[in-house]
Amino acid sequence: MPDGALEHLKREGRIVVVGASLAGLRAAETLRDKGFAGSLTMIGDEPYEPYDRPPLSKQVLLGRAGAERTALPRRREIDAEWRLGVPAAGLDMAARRVKLADGDEVPYDRLLIATGVRARPWPNEAEAELEGVFVLRTRDDGAALARRLDAGPRRVLVVGAGFTGSEIASACRERGLEVTVAERGDAPLVGALGGVVGAVAAELQRENGVDLRTGIMVTALEGDATGRVRAAHFSDGTTLECDVVVVSLGAQRNTEWLSGSGLGAGPRGIACDAGCRAFDIRGIVTDDIFVAGDVARSPHPLFGYQFLSLEHWGNAVSQAETAAHNMLSESTDRRPHIWVPAFWSTQFGVNIKSVGVPPMGTEIMITQGSRAERRFTGVYGYQGRVIGAVTFDNCRWLQFYQQQIEATAPFPPPFPTVDRRPEGQKALPADFPDPSLPTHGPTITLSGYSPADRRMTFTPAGH
Amino acid sequence: MKHGILTDILDYSNRANPYPLYEELRKTPVFHDGDGPYVISTYFDIQSLLHDPRLSSDARNLAATAGDPLAESGEEGAAALPPSFLKLDPPEHDRLRRMTNRPFGPPHSPHRIDGMRDDLRGIVTGLIDNLGDPGRIDLVDQFSYPFPVTMICRLLGVPREDEARFHVWADTLAASLDPDPDSDPTERDKTTHDARMELGMYLAGLIEERRKDPKDDMLSQLAVAHGEDGSMSTMELLSTAALLLIAGHETTVNLITNGMLTLLRHPDVLRQLRETPGLAVPLVEELLRFEPPVQLLPQRTPLVDIEVRGVTIPKGSSMWLILASGNRDPHRFEDPDRFDPYRKDIQHLGLGSGIHSCFGAPLARLEAQLALSELARRLENPQLIEDPPPYRQNAVLRGPRHLYVTCDGIRS
Repeated sequence: MPDGALEHLKREGRIVVVGASLAGLRAAETLRDKGFAGSLTMIGDEPYEPYDRPPLSKQVLLGRAGAERTALPRRREIDAEWRLGVPAAGLDMAARRVKLADGDEVPYDRLLIATGVRARPWPNEAEAELEGVFVLRTRDDGAALARRLDAGPRRVLVVGAGFTGSEIASACRERGLEVTVAERGDAPLVGALGGVVGAVAAELQRENGVDLRTGIMVTALEGDATGRVRAAHFSDGTTLECDVVVVSLGAQRNTEWLSGSGLGAGPRGIACDAGCRAFDIRGIVTDDIFVAGDVARSPHPLFGYQFLSLEHWGNAVSQAETAAHNMLSESTDRRPHIWVPAFWSTQFGVNIKSVGVPPMGTEIMITQGSRAERRFTGVYGYQGRVIGAVTFDNCRWLQFYQQQIEATAPFPPPFPTVDRRPEGQKALPADFPDPSLPTHGPTITLSGYSPADRRMTFTPAGH
Repeated sequence: MKHGILTDILDYSNRANPYPLYEELRKTPVFHDGDGPYVISTYFDIQSLLHDPRLSSDARNLAATAGDPLAESGEEGAAALPPSFLKLDPPEHDRLRRMTNRPFGPPHSPHRIDGMRDDLRGIVTGLIDNLGDPGRIDLVDQFSYPFPVTMICRLLGVPREDEARFHVWADTLAASLDPDPDSDPTERDKTTHDARMELGMYLAGLIEERRKDPKDDMLSQLAVAHGEDGSMSTMELLSTAALLLIAGHETTVNLITNGMLTLLRHPDVLRQLRETPGLAVPLVEELLRFEPPVQLLPQRTPLVDIEVRGVTIPKGSSMWLILASGNRDPHRFEDPDRFDPYRKDIQHLGLGSGIHSCFGAPLARLEAQLALSELARRLENPQLIEDPPPYRQNAVLRGPRHLYVTCDGIRS
């Protein structure tokens, strides 16, 4: 950057943030914190100011908080121009302009893309339109589903037992509603945590009265004469009567608006370097376009430089802060985004937390506590090192295992710990499903340049 | 010269200001001398070790304590109570702490502490009303000391008419943590032993009563609990109640007294607190960093040889984690020796961290917030009579024995 250009940018530059959710907001706050005094435009497809999504599948469904009360707390004033309710529709990289769906164009000197993901819809459009069929991603989704649960449906069917699906099932049971969960894999959470832990999650669901059906697919949804859903058909030939269906089949990345732009964006997200700068389709890093949050894929040195795509709350915050810092920094002052993946969930009264990348693990060892008691720490190993960990109601130990991951400590852990039980004496196969089989969206998508996985595909330019 | 620094830390003449010694200690982050304990003094090391499952809090895992001047003499064994959850590892620790938490805090009892607000305020108001001659107040004896023990009585459900007896036992037990070096040790041990026995008998009787006729208080709830964790035996319940009493008492006394001492040394902050009572919330956090009531944790031991900063700490060694030193670590806190209630980055170690982090923290915080904001509001132009004040003997639970204050009057 020429001398003084950075100061000029800070003083009177134009920064545009596309995506007005967690990552976009935290990035904007960080930009102002770092002294950015120019114009800041926040573009969001939803009509609401930034809100928090984790409560939508928890407190909101339980009726403890209204969906409209999930606004994110602000760290500071950001003095931005808000363009809410208008999705971005295109990008002209050469002219440095974002095109909006209403025809407007917004020029930028620096662009941050934080468009996140959306719920994967039910593949059959006509069936998806039936009344009583829901997805859960947005505030409106949460409000609509909560209203419907308030009305006391006779049976709820949750399609897909990932984290969102499992949390929805948990909320239904807590409200005393009958609920069936249909999962293509062998157990809930199997994509994120593997079969050993998935078996615990399955027991948890059944103990709490969930009608859990695994190894099964929903083949069709059936409506009545008035267009309300009344039944679901399964791959084993059975039929289930249900008046609410929640489709929880993971997420799709919001990158369609970039197709044809020349940016390296596709169904797997937007590839960026460790400094959050986006790649173009030629694999050349851009200097003025940054990415953060669920839509980003960035290489992580701790995990073999694989490009990680993380749908994690903490990742969105951390990556947004790094991106914002780097947007206003000379190259040597830039920082890498090397956040260790971490997430949490609450379901059936159990607090689940994880660090690292469990799906990379081939083995698991229950180092503390017991699966039968639903209180344990499981450590994942990959090629003789600790690569991830999960706790069920045992999260205060997690920091230690994060340090083990960061230090590439050996697996299985060669030391005793407090609360080691007989089942924790040796490692077990972690039992992850074959990643090439489609399942509900795993929390982490691994892909990229590793020798084992060269299936990197960019959406080609043009239509 | 590092020789003798642990002796210096324990030496009473350094009680008023141990912080320069901690600063010296941090130059050797894992300090070990002869057969003494392994002493950890920097923030990040302490933080890590508090979450390290290779460390035990159970004294039965200690190999040798000969060289540890803080090793327990075993006098607590005299009461023959089983170890409390403070001195247990999971799963026993988890079971007892979970059961104790059920009638105390979220998720099952989210309103217990908040519901005590009026009680707390009433006690604070009563104590300040009765301070007497504003020209010479001993804030310890007249305020900080009686306040928490009254609260614990209310929490446990000790009948009002028995509170006075309870105070006497609590005083005796507290004094045993802080022995007068001139007194006869045999006599002292006997007094302590007797108080412990009498308190134990009293609580056992109260537990029996509450089992038959349970009320809403914690002791009743603990006595009649039976769930997935089973029930607490009378012995377990006695040692839990004793833990709540001792751990919840002395520490809060020191937190409040350290708080007033710090405020009187920072009159600007005292004035700001008077004008903005809400400042009490961040102020108490900064206080827990700046002058933590528990200076160090002397009872951890590794289950296996562990390595910290390249130093191997052998299995079974005794370890000290100096929380008060970690709180002043300049690698963690900017300008750590400055008391700044507006500090934003305030993840202190004052209440510990990990599974043994302070059980009573929500109560202690509320007690200190209410006490300090009320004292700031009602004492007119308060001044220290003696600075530094006379301290207690105890180097671990550190705080002034008396805090003599003079003021122009007491506002209503």
